Amino acid sequence: MSARDAILARLKANRPAGEFPLPDVPTFAPLVGEDWVTEFAERLGKMGGRVERAGSPADPFAPVRSRLSGAAVIASAVPEFAGNRDLAAITGPTEVNDVDVAIVRARFGVAETGSVLFTQDDLIVNAVAYLAQHLIVLLDPADIVVNIQAAYQRPEFGQASYAVLHTGPSATADIEGVLIHGAQGVRSLTVLMLPRKKRAA
Amino acid sequence: MSADDLTPRQTEDVLHPEVRAPSDESERGPGGDRLQHAEAASKPIRADAPREPQPRGAKVRGNRPIDQAEAAERFLAAPLHQKAHDERLWDVRRKRDVAAHGIPEWEELRELASQIKTHTLTHLDHYLEQFEAAARANGVHVHWAEDGADHNRIVLDILRKHGAKSLVKSKSMLTEECGFRHFMAAHDIDVIETDLGERIQQLDEEEPSHVVMPAVHKTRLDVADVFARTLGTDPDNDDAHYLAESQRETTRPLILKADAGLTGCNFAIAETGTVVTCTNEGNADLSGNVPPLQIHSIGIEKIIPKVEHLGVFIRLLSRSALGSPITQYTSHFRGPRPGTEMHMVLVDNGRSERLAMEEFWTSLKCIRCGACMNTCPVYRRSGGLSYGATYSGPIGLIIDPTFNKRKYSTLPFSSTMNGSCTNVCPVKINIHEQIFAWRKVLAEEHQIPLLKQGMMKAAGAVLSRPAAYRAAIQTADSALRVLPRFAVYNPANTWGKKREMPQAPRQSFHAWYRQNRMKKGTEA
Amino acid sequence: MRIGLFVPCYVDAFEPEVGIATLELLERFGLTVEYPYDQTCCGQPMTNTGCHQEAAATEALFVKNFSGFDYVVAPSGSCVHQVREHLTAIPQTDEVKAVRAKTFELVEFLHDVLKIEDLPWAAFPHKVAYHSNCNALRGIGHARPTELNRPFFSKPLNLLKKVKGLEVVDLTRPDECCGFGGTFSVFEPAVSAKMGYDKVTDQARAGAEYVVSADSSCLMHQKGCAERLGVPLKYIHIAQVLNGAAA
Repeated sequence: MSARDAILARLKANRPAGEFPLPDVPTFAPLVGEDWVTEFAERLGKMGGRVERAGSPADPFAPVRSRLSGAAVIASAVPEFAGNRDLAAITGPTEVNDVDVAIVRARFGVAETGSVLFTQDDLIVNAVAYLAQHLIVLLDPADIVVNIQAAYQRPEFGQASYAVLHTGPSATADIEGVLIHGAQGVRSLTVLMLPRKKRAA
Repeated sequence: MSADDLTPRQTEDVLHPEVRAPSDESERGPGGDRLQHAEAASKPIRADAPREPQPRGAKVRGNRPIDQAEAAERFLAAPLHQKAHDERLWDVRRKRDVAAHGIPEWEELRELASQIKTHTLTHLDHYLEQFEAAARANGVHVHWAEDGADHNRIVLDILRKHGAKSLVKSKSMLTEECGFRHFMAAHDIDVIETDLGERIQQLDEEEPSHVVMPAVHKTRLDVADVFARTLGTDPDNDDAHYLAESQRETTRPLILKADAGLTGCNFAIAETGTVVTCTNEGNADLSGNVPPLQIHSIGIEKIIPKVEHLGVFIRLLSRSALGSPITQYTSHFRGPRPGTEMHMVLVDNGRSERLAMEEFWTSLKCIRCGACMNTCPVYRRSGGLSYGATYSGPIGLIIDPTFNKRKYSTLPFSSTMNGSCTNVCPVKINIHEQIFAWRKVLAEEHQIPLLKQGMMKAAGAVLSRPAAYRAAIQTADSALRVLPRFAVYNPANTWGKKREMPQAPRQSFHAWYRQNRMKKGTEA
Repeated sequence: MRIGLFVPCYVDAFEPEVGIATLELLERFGLTVEYPYDQTCCGQPMTNTGCHQEAAATEALFVKNFSGFDYVVAPSGSCVHQVREHLTAIPQTDEVKAVRAKTFELVEFLHDVLKIEDLPWAAFPHKVAYHSNCNALRGIGHARPTELNRPFFSKPLNLLKKVKGLEVVDLTRPDECCGFGGTFSVFEPAVSAKMGYDKVTDQARAGAEYVVSADSSCLMHQKGCAERLGVPLKYIHIAQVLNGAAA
């Protein structure tokens, strides 16, 4: 008998007696206020991330200019900003190891936790969200959902081959509880509130 | 109900003020406020000077019962380590309380999580088949492993087919169960742990002492020693940022050139074939997204039916573990990247047998948050390595004997059965009741020391015979033979070594009652 | 109403005044209290060590002694927890089940059954740290433990509020186990004593003069630890305080 069949047979044979129905999960009342952008920003702040409102239409990236001006290699996965490393041309993930700043757009944000979601399509190269030194995330305020429960109603989790919630930068406190950003992945995560460009009708 | 509900003093005072450091190196937010996410301590804790050698774990001698008490005593003999450990984990427990008290539906979430888990475990064959079909449809190679050895062989085969010689991995208790690192080392595969705590433990050739914070028993000085020895860092520099950065800089090249990446699994979604990992460092994402070959090791009890159920578990996991609302990264691996292979290994390793254990099968609900360890007063004072097993603390006491009843026969006795573990458990495992039940099983199967069982037999003989009992407690000295310490059977007088003996009263209650409340001649 | 008084073996041998206070306190409420003369122990030392067979005869004796009462009252959360939850080494006859269901710990008996309103005789003008015995707290529900997100309540603190002059101080770790743990105190003495030392340290830091608890076993362990550390704390059972003990 294969391991598979043996395991399944034992699970059937050893099934505990009794009825154990799958419970319905009620929709819980949100624990955030009306202003989801503010709630999102506050909660992401507690997780070590930053939120900036977009600058003027002429220069929406003004609030993150200092981060960008210090960067030699900028990889952009968004049409709003032209970096100097073309992610579409990358042939292997290790090629993005020298990226200083990566700019990506989040599918949605979560007000309750300050999380943002990416799929493989948003990142183009998944690894860039970890190998880059810093991450700048564009988020349309209209794309914020209220809480984790609402987030898991979104279709991405059943469709994307890779979907990830980022809530702040890479962090560790494995040494005496001292909080350190940039444990293995990005050292900072900045969310820039910038609406998506309206698709042409 | 809110965090205000907790006694104010609890947030102020500490039990071991000597480990509260004045300086605070932890990251701060833009407004200068101290950040407390991930596994960060809420206040600086620093057991820095004088230097004290790190106490090591239990002595493991083949199949002989682990002497947890002996290892715990050595841990206690290193007071700087013990106090920092206790204070650090109590702090995490406190953060957990604040997080839990901040969610009105907390207790309802625990109940839901428990019910989802018990449902899934009692229909596990069905959900595993559903998971397998979904994963295959996503282009994933699915493997089944009977036990740890099977798992290791399957992974080795995958690696060999790809000519892979090195593997980066994120933290996985399952691979600890399987003895994965040791096996791979013996087969010339270079395994690199990428969780900082786990990396520290790997470099120190020590097992993880905690399921979430593998190196929580070490001070920064211990880490500085390990890194100086293995990574060539400055032995006199124990700055946590320097140490963490040194690790990042030395691990990054290993991640870049690794031939394969492996992660564990926090939740496996049956309907979508998804593996979910929760990390603060993003190291599971590095392991899964950088190397050309991707492997996920999954304990079969990790299955949950649907994506929507993550809306329950994700809210519970990090809050229970660290008091943080969510881990920095919650990652959902469903299919391979273009041009690469993704493998999932479903591992039994005793789980299907545990399902048949009437009193113990619900331990399979465990989501490895470590909350029971953080709250356990015995664990905090003895260190995770004192248990000499993959799983330490309360959950270890009830899981470890399912792997080896003799070797871990002593562990269910390393508890006061105070029940705090059960109350913090996010999936409502009745941990302390299972500890009690294990003691019965072990006594019935004569897996407890003859001396101990003999003492209980003698105590039972005295306590069931009023006349014998009366005679025994006539004096304090003789009372102690049957009462608090049963110590007459124990030549070491373990009570009196550490505590003063109770004073002998003038007379027992029984004698007082006879003298004051009974008419002469009515005595039975 | 027939009340059977159970005086646990520890109390009988080491803290007879706790048994006396319990008896007197119940009598103050006009109850007729009987003390079955052949009582010994509830069987807990054996069952907690896993040795249920070795506890069977003791459990049978307990049931024999306390059968037929309307209530059995004992000044120990730990022993009552044993009777209610773990007295299972003997066949569960109707008689056994009845005894188990009718056994109450003193605090809950006063609080839930008698629903007492006043303790006019009780005055204890001291700073007091209350120690929650784990079996009383989490086993029989004396109070809301800190782990749970439920409304706060505490039966022993409700009773202590009725004692004139008594001031309760807050502990850093209010319901952390003190490390007694029955036979744990003997088989794992180093950890047990360290837990006791930490508990005593916490009580002293909180400014307590007295430590009050519903369990003599925890008190005995803590007292032994305090004396060894040289901490001048005094330990007293809640039955004594409620019965009007003047320090």
